[in-house]
Amino acid sequence: MSAVAVIPAYNEQASLGGVLAEIAEIDGLVPVVVDDGSSDGTAAVARNAGVACVRLPFNLGVGGAVRTGLRWALDHDADRVVIVDADGQHDPADVAALLGAIDAGAGLAIGSRFAADAGDYAVGGTRRRAMRILNRLVRMTTGFAATDATSGFRAMSRPVVEYLAREYPVEYLADTVEVIILVRRAGHEVVEVPVSMRERSGGEPSARRFRLVFNFLRLLVGIAGGVLVGRRDGGRS
Amino acid sequence: MSAAAQITLTVVALGITFWVVRLVGLRRLRSKYALLWLVITVPLVPLAVFPAIVDEAGEFLGVNYAPALLFSLSSLLLLGIVIHYSWELSRLESRTRRLGEEIALLNARLDDAERADDGEGES
Repeated sequence: MSAVAVIPAYNEQASLGGVLAEIAEIDGLVPVVVDDGSSDGTAAVARNAGVACVRLPFNLGVGGAVRTGLRWALDHDADRVVIVDADGQHDPADVAALLGAIDAGAGLAIGSRFAADAGDYAVGGTRRRAMRILNRLVRMTTGFAATDATSGFRAMSRPVVEYLAREYPVEYLADTVEVIILVRRAGHEVVEVPVSMRERSGGEPSARRFRLVFNFLRLLVGIAGGVLVGRRDGGRS
Repeated sequence: MSAAAQITLTVVALGITFWVVRLVGLRRLRSKYALLWLVITVPLVPLAVFPAIVDEAGEFLGVNYAPALLFSLSSLLLLGIVIHYSWELSRLESRTRRLGEEIALLNARLDDAERADDGEGES
């Protein structure tokens, strides 16, 4: 029984050390840093902490880094995987609850900032509205009442890791929102776990506001494609 | 525009739209490129159903021969797409180059490690 913590990191040398120190406190959790083509000392921070570091030759985006991490986890016989951001936003104290949900039979457990008993977390107007639309999109396509569909703080079971190591959509937004839809359609249970997220302790937010519309439309096309093919296959959904 | 031409154009536009979305679902086409083509095919549908839009737009912009507006717009759009592809190609080219270098360097490190292992075995 071993769980792997996949930590995608792009230029996070300022915050990565703290995250790794907190993760080292958790028993039976093997961390792996996926250095997504950083130009700073991200890989050196991981190496100094004695943590495995997979270095991508160039930036593949969060989705690409996560998929690489999932494949590493499979190579190292992980039976569960949790994804933790390197920017310090995700509190490693919540990892146990996420993995617990997997042990209770869920395929995918999503750490939600907005679930009923989660801590306070403030987001700006545009972002908040975009998040609501995305939550509704997930509910419409799968019936799963997501409250934080874009949260990247997640745990998954071995079968889901095997599935996603092949199918993980690497585009921004698709790597969080579409994954929920794919995992549900593949017949796995998806649950939410309330978590408290912290302010980023370093690094830059990964999405700029003006790209949001493009990313949203791209996501819609991706989901529409999945629905279209799923319906025609009949048995796959 | 005749009714037959209108129907043909509508069917073709809808058909391409459907085909592009299906390719995305089959993971044969990345959704960002699909978006590029949908930007072209989706507006074609209202244009085919209401061809008067073209004439009115031409009049509004002061173009004598309205279809010329359509042709120049579509040429511009295609030019944009081709430039975008050149950009993507350049990026892909530099990435494959980097991958080749990366593999060569990994091979060299592997050779070094194997040689170091052999050295230890002999002594």
